Amino acid sequence: MPANRFNGNSDYGIGIGLRVPHYSHILAKKPVVDWFEIISENFMVDGGRPLELLDKILEQYRVVQHGVSMYFGSADKPDRAHLRKLKTLVKRTKTPWLSDHLCWGSVDGTYTHDLLPMPYTFGAARRTAEKIKEIRDYLEVPICVENVSSYAEFHASEMTEWEFLSEVVELADCGILLDVNNIYVSSKNHAFDPYDYLDNIPHHRVGQMHVAGHTKFEKYILDTHDHPVLDPVWRMYAHATRQCGVSATLLEWDDKIPSFDEVHNEALKANEFIDGAKKAKG
Amino acid sequence: MKKPPQHAPARIDSTAELRAFQRLMTAAVVRPLDAEDNLQSKWVDGRPMDQVAAEFIKPNDRLTSFERLQLYNQMYWYRVLEAVRDDCPGLRAAIGEPAFARLAKAYLAQCPSRSFTLRNLSSRLPDFIRAHPRLTAPRTALAIEVARFEWAQTVAFDGEARPVVAGADLAGTPPDCLRLGLQPYITLLDLRHPIDTFVISVKRRDVLRSEASNTPDSQVVARRSAIRVRRPRPVRTCVVVHRHHNRLFYKRLEPAAFRILAALDAGEPLARALLAGGPRVRPEKIRAWFTSWMALGWFCARGNKPSRRAS
Repeated sequence: MPANRFNGNSDYGIGIGLRVPHYSHILAKKPVVDWFEIISENFMVDGGRPLELLDKILEQYRVVQHGVSMYFGSADKPDRAHLRKLKTLVKRTKTPWLSDHLCWGSVDGTYTHDLLPMPYTFGAARRTAEKIKEIRDYLEVPICVENVSSYAEFHASEMTEWEFLSEVVELADCGILLDVNNIYVSSKNHAFDPYDYLDNIPHHRVGQMHVAGHTKFEKYILDTHDHPVLDPVWRMYAHATRQCGVSATLLEWDDKIPSFDEVHNEALKANEFIDGAKKAKG
Repeated sequence: MKKPPQHAPARIDSTAELRAFQRLMTAAVVRPLDAEDNLQSKWVDGRPMDQVAAEFIKPNDRLTSFERLQLYNQMYWYRVLEAVRDDCPGLRAAIGEPAFARLAKAYLAQCPSRSFTLRNLSSRLPDFIRAHPRLTAPRTALAIEVARFEWAQTVAFDGEARPVVAGADLAGTPPDCLRLGLQPYITLLDLRHPIDTFVISVKRRDVLRSEASNTPDSQVVARRSAIRVRRPRPVRTCVVVHRHHNRLFYKRLEPAAFRILAALDAGEPLARALLAGGPRVRPEKIRAWFTSWMALGWFCARGNKPSRRAS
């Protein structure tokens, strides 16, 4: 299901994140890339070079917005000034869908700039779903929520992470940005089977997938986005593609960023698994 | 942020319970690290931190509740300290890395981020330095000016640009009624040090260091790493931090020209602003200044923005 109502019935293939070290290469060489994912907050500014650059990219490429500060799970009400800026950007990019994380990261207007995990409770799910609906109604664009990687679990939780994700997206009637690397990282940190996660979410709601690299430490794994994608994550991606259908796929590489071609070639490896999934389906 | 609860809520069903949980965890995450860059061993009320963490975070077979919370605490501080460091190369050079590290920790402990974007993290740094002079002594005056200059660069980089007022738009308005605004991305700075040339020197040094780090020639590395930027000696410097064609620029102004722009920025009508320049400024000079400023697109219709003039 490459196109569904959660990704604006679009048919996007494999994209990469638009990152500063690649700007000059992209503008000069105009490489063929199916689409770029931008971090919304980097362009929620009032003027200057960032918007000039974005407009040049938009002349040539399809762009999807990905946010890191909406904090759907925060107890605070949505910040109207923030939403106005975001909507201005949505109109500029014409993003067919918009994604942000199933997490929280601020309270009373103090920001941690982190993607903090939720307590997986029914009350938190209801509150989060209400907020997603309110934001979607204001922005007038489909929303996909992304599962985050995490390093802590809470006593207050009443269900598994994948049950919480399912509860939220069903209540909000929104899409899922399925980050298979984040599932892998959390599965190692919290000792669960990542395939249980992949098998028990509403597959028809997946509008996009993320893959990325991570870093292993002695006692935990960090979601660092500074490596190629590891084999176990590709295998999970292949499984997810068989379950959910071929979906818009994005490689995240945010630190120790290599050349544009290296990042793009790493992203295009997804094709091997997509082909495999198509053949398996017959 | 409001005071966190003494204990984490046992269950989280209501928004109030969710908020209480988030206040507690945020307070723990943004709390300063100890001297070894670890989570502090005692909570704000004196209880052992491992006891507080265990109240709401599950341990696993490899990490205690304390260690899991510590990961978030450390990641927070590494993230915000790196962001302020990146914003302030000039300030680091002006007061030295050790003093800057102490300043940044104290600043972020007292002024945690109130914005969705890290772009605004350093916006309150000049006021903080002014209010805590010991942290930058004996270079507090210099530190304030560099911090203001570096924040002005951020504003010039991506601040709002309003429609430019053209000469024809002004023709019908008498000078004693004509009020002009300055573009929101412009900052006027009346400084006691030549911060513009200082910051340029720091940038040049950093580029050379970066290039040196990529060369195999060890002598070049040694020579270029040893590049020092001298702290500026006091010289009154009136400078405008602005952008042109979306590139960052610093423009020096004569004090009389600066006073005219500052008066316009403060809301004075043109006729009064020209008087601020002083009696000795020749009309042809003023004409040349305005011609240049108009060409740079500095004037716009006046908004409700408060004056940004330096003291």
